[in-house]
Amino acid sequence: MTLFYLFAAVAVIASLLVIAQRNPIYSVLLLIASFGALSGLYVMLDAPFVAVTQIIVYAGAIMVLFLFVVMLLHAPAEETEHDEKIHPLRRAGPMRFGAALAAALVVELLWALTRAGGETGPFPGAAVSSVRAIGRALFTEYAFQFEVTSILILVAMVGAVVLAKREAAKS
Amino acid sequence: MPAITPLLIAQLVIIVVVFHALLLAAAAMVWVERRLAAALQQRLGPIRVGWQGLLQPFADVIKLMFKEELRPKAADALLFGLAPIISATCAFSAFAVVPFGAATTFFGLLSEPMKLQVADVNVAVLVIFGIASMSVYGIVLAGWSSNSKYSLIGGLRSSAQMISYELSYGMALAAVLILGNSLSLTEIVNGQSGYWLGFIPKWFIFIQPLGFLIYLTAGIAETNRAPFDFPEAEQELVAGYHTEYSSMSFAMFFLAEYINMVTVSAVATDLFLGGWYGPFLPESLGWIWFLLKVGALLFFYVWMRWTLPRYRYDQLMAFGWKVLLPLSVLNLLATAAGVLYFGI
Repeated sequence: MTLFYLFAAVAVIASLLVIAQRNPIYSVLLLIASFGALSGLYVMLDAPFVAVTQIIVYAGAIMVLFLFVVMLLHAPAEETEHDEKIHPLRRAGPMRFGAALAAALVVELLWALTRAGGETGPFPGAAVSSVRAIGRALFTEYAFQFEVTSILILVAMVGAVVLAKREAAKS
Repeated sequence: MPAITPLLIAQLVIIVVVFHALLLAAAAMVWVERRLAAALQQRLGPIRVGWQGLLQPFADVIKLMFKEELRPKAADALLFGLAPIISATCAFSAFAVVPFGAATTFFGLLSEPMKLQVADVNVAVLVIFGIASMSVYGIVLAGWSSNSKYSLIGGLRSSAQMISYELSYGMALAAVLILGNSLSLTEIVNGQSGYWLGFIPKWFIFIQPLGFLIYLTAGIAETNRAPFDFPEAEQELVAGYHTEYSSMSFAMFFLAEYINMVTVSAVATDLFLGGWYGPFLPESLGWIWFLLKVGALLFFYVWMRWTLPRYRYDQLMAFGWKVLLPLSVLNLLATAAGVLYFGI
């Protein structure tokens, strides 16, 4: 239980700090720390496969790309006070919309948290801990969803290539 | 609190032994690398400190310890200090899931046999892959936090290179996982015991020659070794990502590089070369075979470095994406088809 609170605290604090400080590199790193804490929670739920996948896919692959882009842009101190004041998202309209969205999120979270049972500890059954079981479920029961997701990702990839090609043709 | 049993003590002993063996292996590799490089270039290399220069690495470490720790003024202090620690930690922790011998009772000292491995994780292969993908942060952050253009270019190259070669690396691993029918390294090694026709050992390298070559190539790229040592290409980038590092923080990058080499070789031994299985020796002494195989692979690493010149960066990218990746996908498909239709 101590471990749960440790991981949970790291995840929550790191996620808050991601948006609470200015340096984008630190934001990326804090997000990685948060993912690491989440993967620790998965291990505690007896789902090592999900934990490792979390590390490989999010912390290992996606965040490296994030970091790569942030480093290439090399803009750690770009947002000065003045920039912030004239930022389009700082106007009254977007800010009201944002406040409404935040309120909706809080209500949803409260609703979900009050409805959740007090159950903690390993997931009943060995379903999530076995890679074999996950694979079988993915390719039989959820085969349609799995294929749809892969087509979606393929479309995104093709789109990225098309966009990159167009840029190259212009220049 | 778990009760203190002989098994627990043995486990602690294994952890301590593995940790120090890795440190010593890095020191030994420095010596081997320098002596082999010298032999390949018809020089002598370090021979003065100790017998045949064997104490040279220790002299180097002492020298590094007494050097001044420098930090550029414009560097990001926190990340600059953190980067070498990330590198070294990732290097050490990856080896934790690598088994290096059959389960043994240590000549009857223990009541039940124990695995020669720090932690037996049932998704060991994925854990190694995950830690390998985390280790790029050490290099990238070192490059960025130094606030120097050579370091930054080194870090950027490193991240691009690792992303590109990780895919082929993973595909080569996946083909072996299909053959071994498990994600646990111990079970994959056990799947390679025995012989075909009585004399050819059942190592996966004989079913997966292409996979082995892809793994080795991608492994060299992942550990940033020549001919893929772009992150530190000294002719273009001074020393790449660790240009601004000195003293022990430089030594930590150095240590991480050599330990990563050892880990990649050890994983290759477990996946392709039959781990601790080999002729002549009883199974309880299988770790000797394991050490010999890892040693042979490490020799190959050094040999490659001092034989092949560095590629050009665009060649590296073209090779990774246009040759290695399609080949590894083909290899994976062929392996899956072979297992499915012929039951290899």
